[in-house]
Amino acid sequence: MTSPIISIKNVTKRYPGVVAVDDVSFDIMPNEFFALLGPSGCGKTTLLRMIAGLETSGTGDIIVDGQNMEGVPANKRPVNMVFQSYAVFPHMTVRNNVGYGLKVTGVAADEIAPRVEEALEMVQMGAMADRKPDQLSGGQRQRVALARALVKRPKVLLLDEPLSALDAKLREHMQLELARLQQVIGITFIIVTHDQDEALSMADRIAVMEKGGVRQIAGPEELYEKPHSRLVADFIGKINLIDATVSGTSKAGVTCLAKGLGRVVVPHEGTASGSVSLAVRPEKLTLSDKAPSSDTDISARGVIRDVAYYGDVSNVFVTCADGLELAVNVQNDRAAAGLLENGREVYASWHPSDTLILEE
Amino acid sequence: MARRKSTRGPLDYGKSPWLILFGLVTFILLYAPIAQLIAFSFNDSKRNIVWRGFTTKYYAKAWNDASLVEAFVNSMTIAVMCTVVATIIGTATALWLWRFRFPAKSAVEGVMVLPIVIPEICMGVAVLVLYSRVGNWMRGFETGPIHWWNELFSVWPLNLGAITAAHIAFSFPFVAVVVRARLAGFNREFEEASKDLGASEWQTFWNVVLPFMLPGVIAGALLSFTLSLDDFVITFFTAGPETNTFPVKVYSLVRRGVSPDINAASTVLIIITLVATIIAMRMQAPSKIEG
Ligand SMILES: Nc1ncnc2c1ncn2[C@@H]1O[C@H](COP(=O)(O)OP(=O)(O)OP(=O)(O)O)[C@@H](O)[C@H]1O
Ligand SMILES: [Mg+2]
Repeated sequence: MTSPIISIKNVTKRYPGVVAVDDVSFDIMPNEFFALLGPSGCGKTTLLRMIAGLETSGTGDIIVDGQNMEGVPANKRPVNMVFQSYAVFPHMTVRNNVGYGLKVTGVAADEIAPRVEEALEMVQMGAMADRKPDQLSGGQRQRVALARALVKRPKVLLLDEPLSALDAKLREHMQLELARLQQVIGITFIIVTHDQDEALSMADRIAVMEKGGVRQIAGPEELYEKPHSRLVADFIGKINLIDATVSGTSKAGVTCLAKGLGRVVVPHEGTASGSVSLAVRPEKLTLSDKAPSSDTDISARGVIRDVAYYGDVSNVFVTCADGLELAVNVQNDRAAAGLLENGREVYASWHPSDTLILEE
Repeated sequence: MARRKSTRGPLDYGKSPWLILFGLVTFILLYAPIAQLIAFSFNDSKRNIVWRGFTTKYYAKAWNDASLVEAFVNSMTIAVMCTVVATIIGTATALWLWRFRFPAKSAVEGVMVLPIVIPEICMGVAVLVLYSRVGNWMRGFETGPIHWWNELFSVWPLNLGAITAAHIAFSFPFVAVVVRARLAGFNREFEEASKDLGASEWQTFWNVVLPFMLPGVIAGALLSFTLSLDDFVITFFTAGPETNTFPVKVYSLVRRGVSPDINAASTVLIIITLVATIIAMRMQAPSKIEG
């Protein structure tokens, strides 16, 4: 059993009138690619800055590689940060930017040069070493910021929304690149993002934050397939949430009375009672113009209200009885072609085991 | 309803002939006297009235006028001393206002710019009153153990100390304002990045903050240089018989009639001021590298 590279214990940070980070505790393992995900203002940046030592006066313990960071200033911590604005020094060349962290800590000049070269190669910026930052594109500047942090060989690299300033294409490219780099260098990355796709595609584990607190920590697949709460389910991807009341529990599962669906039986581990939400992902639903033959499927009859076309898939909104609205993801294959018209009567159905019961 | 055929937008000033004319007249009124001053410094005539041909002899004459040269050297010396001190104090003030939060900070910022807005004549009188008090007090030591103090301050260039101090007092706020404005554009993340990379406070200051504010510091320095060089009012109140500056000297000469050698000396001063101002403006121009 390896010990965690970072332990966050009961960390809290208050600003006047707002608790930015609210009693957060979790561990991060060596070599993990860890993401902090959450809506704007939920305290991601604050938590990251506390780890970096840029935000002091919080309470709780931050332990990096067995050493408590209490009272250790930012310039003495074995972590480095890539800032959201990159903060590449405008008056220094790319090479001097990357070498800066080594120079100020007294690394010998003949050691600095090869390490800078190596770091620049790593982010494919070797050819632009003598340029000034104003001669670089946003993506290139970001690579410099990355190289500048990596050259310090930190135990943990902190990245605050590193990709948010890039356009969609470049962002996708840099996502792959970051994941590759992380595997090659083998250090722990903590990345802050409010983009759930980014977190899902890159991270080994994701902490979903809301209002300063961590709501769930899990791998991408578990987070997507088995969210613990409505909040997490809703934040990670799209999901249909259907109000329901539990009426009984049997071996087959939980029996509920659901809005627009009537009585349904959903397989469920553990118990449930009172009012709950049935959650089902749009891509688990199928549409057809006939009632489903299998009577084990949950199904609802409704009318297509809207079709949003995305090329490979379409998002179809179906209005059912009782005002129930269902979102359905439909592959745009030949079968779908004739079906997707506003006002058409359809059946939306799915397998009960694709349904989650969320109590909170 | 009358329809206006004018295609001119509200901000298309350039298209109105009247506005162009107005602009031209303003321009001429502003610069004609200066152009004339410079032109007649090359005029081969004792009077500034008709053009009698080109000469540079009045430059030579001005150069050979010992009292004029002395005043000029005094002015330059005061300007240099004032610039050095005002730049240091002004920069320190700007840094202090930028870096720290303290009670009544906005009040301090307001008071700091007072020397900029107070009428010069009032500053002059105030400085005069202060100096005569200090002078009386110092005269009390004429026979005492620190008599050497008074001796010391009658030696050049220390005898210019009184004027220099007054110049520093009114020019350092300009430096502070310029540097402060420059610092307002500083991205705090540069500082944080520097510390995150292992730099101490001092290393961060020298390597990151100072290079960023340097253009502001230089602009402020040149500003205080030109302010000091051509100050008349405050200097007039603080100058003694031994300590003439160029503007004060010119004033005393002009009372006896304007001769072309004053034109010549003034032209030299204009050029020095102009060069300093151009450099200052270049330095202050928002550079591309701020991102
Ligand atoms: N210096 C500060 N003073 C006061 N309140 C602050 C300060 N910095 C952050 N906050 C507050 O703390 C909360 C968390 O801020 P934080 O910057 O950590 O959010 P975030 O999750 O990074 O959001 P975003 O995705 O928008 O960057 C917010 O409510 C914010 O208003
Ligand atoms: Mg943030």
